[in-house]
Amino acid sequence: MSKEIDLGRRKALSTGGIGLLALFGGASLLRPGAALAEWNKPAFTSKAVDEALSSLGAANPEENSTLIRLTVPEIAENGSVVPVGISSSLPNVEQIAIMVDKNPNVLAAVFNIPAGTAAEVTTRVKMGKTAHVVALVKADGKYYRTSKEVKVTAGGCGG
Amino acid sequence: MGKPMKIRASVKEGMTEVKILMQHEMETGLRKDADGALIPAWFITEVKAEYQGRVVLDAQFGQSISKNPYLMFSFKGGSAGEKVKISWVDNKGDSRSDEVTISA
Repeated sequence: MSKEIDLGRRKALSTGGIGLLALFGGASLLRPGAALAEWNKPAFTSKAVDEALSSLGAANPEENSTLIRLTVPEIAENGSVVPVGISSSLPNVEQIAIMVDKNPNVLAAVFNIPAGTAAEVTTRVKMGKTAHVVALVKADGKYYRTSKEVKVTAGGCGG
Repeated sequence: MGKPMKIRASVKEGMTEVKILMQHEMETGLRKDADGALIPAWFITEVKAEYQGRVVLDAQFGQSISKNPYLMFSFKGGSAGEKVKISWVDNKGDSRSDEVTISA
């Protein structure tokens, strides 16, 4: 319940640009089923991990590397395609997010995990340079994080 | 209309595993072209997976997701022959939906 309210508030906060609202609002009308959340612009334009965490309502998450499993390569020869896997043994995982602390926009993805969906996602991210990949997990309303460094030998953000 | 996705869904021990490969440039908006002009941002912002009308995964993407995004997840339930539907929307309002039949 509180999730719904929170999302509503975020939506209200992110309606600074009427055009943006029209764009995403219009897009969500075209899709069957209710849109669960509007794209979290403040979070996705955050330039630092702490800023992104605040925008996600996840300030000061508990550091925990045993209950979150973050799978990344130690060295990425190609920064444009870095595989990232996150899973968690925490009960009632509601959300998983991926950040790259040295990227211009640190937040890569937010996954909302409904009941019945495994707390495990795998995707691929771009990394401009050697950086920490941060995994954020929300379980039972509480946030946890862990991170690992990935050494990038060729950046993936072009120039 | 975006380009078609490649999707695989298979059920094993009561869990349906879904692997998705989307076709999208995922431009960050920070790169410059040969003339030094910024290439505008163009990236998928939302991805949704549905099974029997129920959302089984709802994702938001930023520019840091790789070109031609790959995504793997799994959900409880699903039987061979049933469908899983994946949809995305990008920052220009383009969208794409594809369905896949779950295999055993």
